[in-house]
Amino acid sequence: MMVRPKHQRLVLVTLAVAAVLGAVLLAMWGLQDRAAYFVTPSDIAAGKAEPDTAMRLGGMVVEGSLVRERDGVSIRFDVSDGKAVTPVAYRGITPDLFREGSGVVAEGRLQPSGLFVADHILAKHDERYMPPQMANEVAAR
Amino acid sequence: MHGYANPARFLKIARPATGWLLGIGLVLLLAGVIGGLVFTPPDYLQGETVRILYIHVPSAWLGMAGWASIAAASISQIVWRHPLAAVAGRALAPAGATFAALCLATGSIWGRPTWGTWWEWDGRLTSMLILFFLYLGYIALASAERERGGEGRMAAIFGLVGAINLPIIHYSVLWWRTLHQGQSISVAGGSTIAPEILWPLPLTMLGFTAVFAAVSLMLMRADLARTKLEARLRRSAAE
Repeated sequence: MMVRPKHQRLVLVTLAVAAVLGAVLLAMWGLQDRAAYFVTPSDIAAGKAEPDTAMRLGGMVVEGSLVRERDGVSIRFDVSDGKAVTPVAYRGITPDLFREGSGVVAEGRLQPSGLFVADHILAKHDERYMPPQMANEVAAR
Repeated sequence: MHGYANPARFLKIARPATGWLLGIGLVLLLAGVIGGLVFTPPDYLQGETVRILYIHVPSAWLGMAGWASIAAASISQIVWRHPLAAVAGRALAPAGATFAALCLATGSIWGRPTWGTWWEWDGRLTSMLILFFLYLGYIALASAERERGGEGRMAAIFGLVGAINLPIIHYSVLWWRTLHQGQSISVAGGSTIAPEILWPLPLTMLGFTAVFAAVSLMLMRADLARTKLEARLRRSAAE
């Protein structure tokens, strides 16, 4: 049987693509922990986060936990991922979208006491977009 | 497919298609932009900022679709040695790079008021930046190869291997924890964008896509014309 060069090349390209794709999947799977942009309160509760090293903490700001200190620029709030909660202290201006019940990414260090001291706050929003009156209806339900 | 291997035959269709695609694209864009700026309500959380969506999402789509098209052209170059494949690859790259850059720029402008930062090295943002750099590398490699009279095989291999980045960009928000939110529109899950805000998006998506196609055809025609001119100059120099 004669193999036409065209078909030989097609088989080669298919094999090459499959091999590279497999390599990337393995790499991404291996990177999963390291490529994560932030740690969660569960990671901290499980002891996976080292105190006093720079890291980012991500989760939801717990409703009713936001407290503004008397100096006006220091705040404290709790971050939750649904399984564990980490208290956060921050001094500075927060982004507009930072609010209770919304996503947050805090950059800072974990104290040995378990308090996360943030020196930078980023707001993280979810993939939903809707008009204000619709959001009110959703909230009312 | 190989019926269009003949450049004359390709040009017969490409010439009128360029104008039509450009016209249709601009009309759709005008409708989408007016709809997105004037008629849609603001977002409950982000306010008016959400309107950048109508540019950002099509840019991201075309940045990625551009490279997917380069990968398709690369396969037909490597396997079938299609004579127009290298021309198509060279024409797609500048348009794709422009949209990738537009995606990064609009994303940065959007990120400042919403997230509170211009740039963060999270999975989605970083992989999209790599796509932009891949485009620059592809453009440099393909034009260098063209000048040396190559048939575009090196650029094709680069175009094919670079396509690995596309699934990484797409799944970055699912596989890794990122600052960028998850996807809003999926084939299986529908859309988490309210219909009142969503409707201009298909208009700008289709509009930008048609303009992208028109620009790519223009660049392909310019490339073919240049090849013809160079051949003619060589002939007249030999006489």
